Amino acid sequence: MRAAASAAMAHPELRQSPLLGYAALFLGIAMLPAFGAYPIFVMKVLCYALFACAFNLLIGFTGLLSFGHAAFLGTAAYCAGHALKVWGWPTPLGLAFGAAAAAAAGLVFGWLAIRRSGIYFAMVTLALSQMLYFVFLQSPFTGGEDGLQSVPRGDFLGLPLANDLTLYYVVLAIFIAAFWLIYRTVHSPFGQVLTSIRENEARATSLGYDVDRFKLVAFVLSAGLAGLAGATKTLVLGFATLTDALWTTSGLVILMTLVGGMGTMVGPIVGALVIIALENKIGDVGRTLAEWTDIAWFNSLGESVTLVTGLIFIACVLAFRRGVVGELSYRWRRRAERRAPGR
Amino acid sequence: MTELFGIPLPALLGQLLLGLVNGSFYALLSLGLAVIFGMLNIINFAHGALYMIGAFLAWMGLEYLGLGYWWMLLLAPLAVGLLGVLIERLLLQWLYKLDHLYGLLLTFGITLVAEGAFRSFYGVSGQPYPVPDALHGATNLGFMILPNYRAWVVAVSLVVCLGVWALIEKTSLGATLRAGTENPRLVQAFGVNVPRMVTLTYAGGAALAALAGVLAAPVLQVSPLMGSNLIIVVFAVVVIGGMGSILGSILTGLGLGVIEGLTKVFYPEASNTVVFVIMAIVLLLRPAGLFGRER
Repeated sequence: MRAAASAAMAHPELRQSPLLGYAALFLGIAMLPAFGAYPIFVMKVLCYALFACAFNLLIGFTGLLSFGHAAFLGTAAYCAGHALKVWGWPTPLGLAFGAAAAAAAGLVFGWLAIRRSGIYFAMVTLALSQMLYFVFLQSPFTGGEDGLQSVPRGDFLGLPLANDLTLYYVVLAIFIAAFWLIYRTVHSPFGQVLTSIRENEARATSLGYDVDRFKLVAFVLSAGLAGLAGATKTLVLGFATLTDALWTTSGLVILMTLVGGMGTMVGPIVGALVIIALENKIGDVGRTLAEWTDIAWFNSLGESVTLVTGLIFIACVLAFRRGVVGELSYRWRRRAERRAPGR
Repeated sequence: MTELFGIPLPALLGQLLLGLVNGSFYALLSLGLAVIFGMLNIINFAHGALYMIGAFLAWMGLEYLGLGYWWMLLLAPLAVGLLGVLIERLLLQWLYKLDHLYGLLLTFGITLVAEGAFRSFYGVSGQPYPVPDALHGATNLGFMILPNYRAWVVAVSLVVCLGVWALIEKTSLGATLRAGTENPRLVQAFGVNVPRMVTLTYAGGAALAALAGVLAAPVLQVSPLMGSNLIIVVFAVVVIGGMGSILGSILTGLGLGVIEGLTKVFYPEASNTVVFVIMAIVLLLRPAGLFGRER
């Protein structure tokens, strides 16, 4: 153990071992349906996990808090849904179109928002996404309050997606590809510059980096990946609604990333799982609590998900800022340090 | 009938007044946001929720206690101010040493809790609240019919906004406050109880939001969602105006309300988005905001 830790410090290439862990994680996810997991649920979690990973690329690795990421999820959900349903495009093309539309929206949003930093950046992105929400609310192509219903799945490179299990592996493949892209980005020289911007923007500028350009590229990449998540979600669930573009969804993705651990690779996946499972199960929890405590109000807990997510938000910000994965890896590192006092 | 740009003048003036009413709410809320940000370095997302709670307290006062508008105009801001003290002492004070962003996230969580709680009891549909008897009806000014209550809202908001401006810019208390914004440690060294000042600042901002909520109750429907819809527009207002200047916040709020009202007349489809479009233009031309200085 101790030898392994010090070896990893001496030979940076040995730190690549997390890749094995990721491979095991994805193998495990691939086998979930065999253990009776409900494929649609896992696919939904994967879509939100991708959404959170894309968001984390900004907050965790570039230090930018976007409060408007729902705009990209919603844009892609509607554009992909429209391309698949109305224009009858092949599924891969529809997904790509959704992601591209979201990246284009990200280019405009990012171009405007990077003019301000810190807290203003968050407010600008929130306001811009609310503007897009009103555009979606009024445009005829989104179906207004009803949303875009019964989007066909079609087939993916010859595989018919009507079968849930086939769709499951396609979605997993999309997720792994996107995760790999994020991993490569974070661990590339480009990603190192992003981290340096997060740590000390002024110093990055003084070293000669065009900080605004790096931020913009990161923003567009994150928007495009969030779009891929939104397009895939439309494919899985067969509909796109206004909720996808609402500010509460922007808050949800922040919460997922915070719960899982900002700036960790796996954290957003854990966070998405926790929050989606909570949304699905909160009604049951409420009924159980009502039985235990005889307080009838708990029966309506299923309808007040926001109340519970709000409480989790407060608890996380006050006492659990590292998140699940961040906390675990922090403890693991401290243990490793204690066992190698020479450092 | 007199017309201007093909729109009957009374209709135009009516929308202008409605715009001023909305602008008053923008002004009251962005003023509170700016003062809180100056002192606490926190963007108070919960400002919309506090406004909503103010409106709900007015409604609940009438529904459960039989307390009318005038009582609640006084009591609701006091109660929400106390709530502000609790929020600041119990939650916010632990975040001052951290990145600003955590303050935004924490107050966002508070917003979700408040909204969720009121939704679970009252649903999402709005509750009507009557206009107080004394302000019923309308005055005929000759060129337009002036609804008394709307005129009252604009007048009260202006007086309160200017009062806050005078308090901060012209009194010694305000001078201490401004000094605390610039350099809290030095002010503390002079023997001022800065933590208490911070608490009172947050409570004051919260009370302003609640006052706006009570004023809004008879104009808009009292609903759990009324705050979050407003706060996002107010964020855009704050980005446009910048938070450096008190008068700047007031003017920007009122001006944008008027522009929004006029948009409703000339191009109703854009009335929801016009503030955001203006924000985008301001970001392009004057990134620091109209009255802002880059921090």
